[in-house]
Amino acid sequence: MMNEELKNLISELLPTAVFEEGNEWLGVNVEPQDWLAFAQQLSNNDLLKFDSLFCLTCVDWKTHLTMVYHLRSTHFRHHLVVKSKLDRNKAEIETVSHIWRTAEFHEREVYEMFGVNFLNHPDLRLLILPDGWEGKNPLRKDFEDPVNMIKL
Amino acid sequence: MWSFSNIANEIHTWLSSQLPPIWATIVEMVIAGVAVIGLFAILGLVLVIMERKVAAWIQIRLGPNRVGPKGMFQSMADTVKLLVKEGMTPNGADKLMFNVAPFIAMIVAMLLMAPIGFAKDFQLWDLNIGVLYITAISSISVIGILMAGWASNNKYSLLGAMRSGAQIVSYELSAGLAILTIIVLTGSLQLSDIVQAQADGWWIFKGHLPVIIAFLIFITAVTAETNRAPFDLAEAESELTAGFHTEYSGMKFALFFLAEYINVFIVCAIGATLFLGGWMPFHIGNWEGFNHVMDYIPSSVWFFGKTFFLIFVIMWFRWTFPRLRIDQLLNLEWKYLLPISMINLLLVTLIAILGWHF
Amino acid sequence: MYRTTDILTSSTSGDMVINVGPQHPATHGVLHLVITLNGETIKKIEPHLGYIHRSIEKMCESLTYRQFIYVTSRMDYLSAHINNHACALCVEKGLQIEVPPRAQVVRVILDELTRIASHELWWGAMAMDLGAFTPFFHAFREREMINEIMEETCGARLTMNYIVPGGVMMDIHPNFQKKIKEFIVLYKQKINEYHELVTGNVIFENRMKNIGTLTAEQVISYGCSGPVARGSGVKSDIRKLYPYEIYDKLDFEEALETGGDSYARYLIRMREMEQSIKIIEQLVDNIPDGDFQAKTKAVLKLPKGEFYTSVETARGELGVYIVSEGGTTPYRIKFRSPGFSNLSILNDMVKGGKIGDLIAAMGTLDLVIPDIDR
Repeated sequence: MMNEELKNLISELLPTAVFEEGNEWLGVNVEPQDWLAFAQQLSNNDLLKFDSLFCLTCVDWKTHLTMVYHLRSTHFRHHLVVKSKLDRNKAEIETVSHIWRTAEFHEREVYEMFGVNFLNHPDLRLLILPDGWEGKNPLRKDFEDPVNMIKL
Repeated sequence: MWSFSNIANEIHTWLSSQLPPIWATIVEMVIAGVAVIGLFAILGLVLVIMERKVAAWIQIRLGPNRVGPKGMFQSMADTVKLLVKEGMTPNGADKLMFNVAPFIAMIVAMLLMAPIGFAKDFQLWDLNIGVLYITAISSISVIGILMAGWASNNKYSLLGAMRSGAQIVSYELSAGLAILTIIVLTGSLQLSDIVQAQADGWWIFKGHLPVIIAFLIFITAVTAETNRAPFDLAEAESELTAGFHTEYSGMKFALFFLAEYINVFIVCAIGATLFLGGWMPFHIGNWEGFNHVMDYIPSSVWFFGKTFFLIFVIMWFRWTFPRLRIDQLLNLEWKYLLPISMINLLLVTLIAILGWHF
Repeated sequence: MYRTTDILTSSTSGDMVINVGPQHPATHGVLHLVITLNGETIKKIEPHLGYIHRSIEKMCESLTYRQFIYVTSRMDYLSAHINNHACALCVEKGLQIEVPPRAQVVRVILDELTRIASHELWWGAMAMDLGAFTPFFHAFREREMINEIMEETCGARLTMNYIVPGGVMMDIHPNFQKKIKEFIVLYKQKINEYHELVTGNVIFENRMKNIGTLTAEQVISYGCSGPVARGSGVKSDIRKLYPYEIYDKLDFEEALETGGDSYARYLIRMREMEQSIKIIEQLVDNIPDGDFQAKTKAVLKLPKGEFYTSVETARGELGVYIVSEGGTTPYRIKFRSPGFSNLSILNDMVKGGKIGDLIAAMGTLDLVIPDIDR
């Protein structure tokens, strides 16, 4: 399916969606509170069938955080990039780990690296960082580690 | 002709002429004990180097080649290393059991040496229930492993010991049944009788197909009983790190290691005695000339040749096969080997009663 | 040091909790699995990661577009060249650099050699996990030849660092083609030996068949890729689906099995090696003349925007996601590593199995821990 058709379909599903074009794949900006319902529609809709979440990450824009979900349909072979702006001080978004199981581990990684709190996540614990890690989230831009970090 | 039995007889005559009979017996016992311990040390060294060379040969590499000519002293150097290493006892371990376990494994291996005939008329103790003695004593080895696994206070050790317990106990059955086929054919539990019965041909040739089946089952079962790959679940390096001897180090570890190799030697010696004629040269029925030529090869060469051939086969298994899983291992025993060996035993009994064997 | 408090004490339910790793012969690295056992049956597996976490993503934020490529060799060190390739592709996509044909072909040949070398190591290591030691040494004999080819051309055996944005670092060694042809001849004999030694073995088949079975739905939902996905019949070869470089002009098949068990994954990798040989055969005599590097500026600056490329490494889909602010360094970089997603399926895969199954299933996932931790 081409980006244009995708765009039409998605604007039907979520009228508030803001599109972002110019990249290889179509980008959609959604509000965090709309994300869970939208995600369910993306995976269940027969014309979309986004069954694979192949990349889940977060970007720290210093003023806010942006969750980035790369979705792919293994059936139709189309792609979609969903983004969601989060408040940097109170970063919260619904988990999608029950829709795409891979999100469970990826969300745990984002949780510890960026401090995003995934609501209703089944097992939101530290995955990579050692137990009892205190302090800032390493992948945020303001993270400073005077001991271990090598400035290049 | 030079032979072990001549030497033994000469020593006996000489001692009897020099000392009162009771002292002569005591001195003979001491000599036998020293000889067994010496044999142990030599066997350990030889088998370890043999295993490493066989492994290297199968794995297209050279193996040890630095210490001594062609690396022949490598295992000696390793022994020295193990001797001077600290034998640690973990804090949470049951100290007494932990330290006794390797000795039990070792003593069992030593006791098993008694009834084996190394050459013609050269046997430590030719007791009339030799085969029964061997099966009885070899069951004790599981206690050493269970003790080691339990006392180590380590979960890997415990798992390894439990696996080993299940494994040894079950494989003893089919090993025992395989041995029984020979007893049925020979009608005696005495090892010297069994060897003598093979004067006109080894059982594996005389006993038709059932004895060959029994031999294969025996080799499989004893490989499992000695915890050798593909049945090395008690150690299972990639699963349980080192299984029941995870916590052992230094000489205590070396004793387990040595006991394993001695056990391999002993089961192969028993296999050679029962199925391949022990020290009996290769004889065919009443071909007098041929049999006479074969008699020129010393009996000890025959015995060790057969035993080391079987040891090689068991090493070959180890470096070729992947390991079984615990439930597959037990399935193999209870669902296949045990019923087959039972039916096989019936067949052999029939053959023995009807006198169909050669 | 860390994470011991809640792990060493057994729970009250009578289950046994065992730490597999971080030092364990079967985890091939510093993977730490906490497994809950009931007897020998596995009830739960919980991976604990981070023992080799170097935060490569953070490091890359302070490295220029020419530099950051080489850090990625240390992620999946067994397909280091393919990792570099993915990064170079992403930078080239951003800058819209046309890579000369010679460089493309050399890159692809080295990609496939890397894939064979990686699968060789996997084959040996997996057999070793199952208790057969010999295959390891046999696999290393052939892998050594590949390493020699790499050493001559790239100057390194494991972390090649041969790729630069716009081509390859230097021209190929004069022996390159000759040695590859020698390797192909030898390899075609040896692959039969591999099958004789391991594939047809009864014990091996019993250990692998119907173990760690995954359905296509599970595989897609968990984001698995590479041989793990293809073992369950999911077409996932990036080289076929979203071709990069010259893969669309090459004649090769995507290995697919429908079994979904460990044995299927095993067969996939064995067949992939043969397909790689097929690709190399097509290319080795047809390396075009010309430049091995495109002309690029000394300082690379990606335009503002986001760039995502994915390539097929030996383990699956490696994605590189670069967010650029227009500077000389990436603003944010994310590596979608195949191992991370493949590991997450482990609990579903072997729950209810025995410890031996865990080892066998983990072997066919082909985990490389630095790739998971990054």
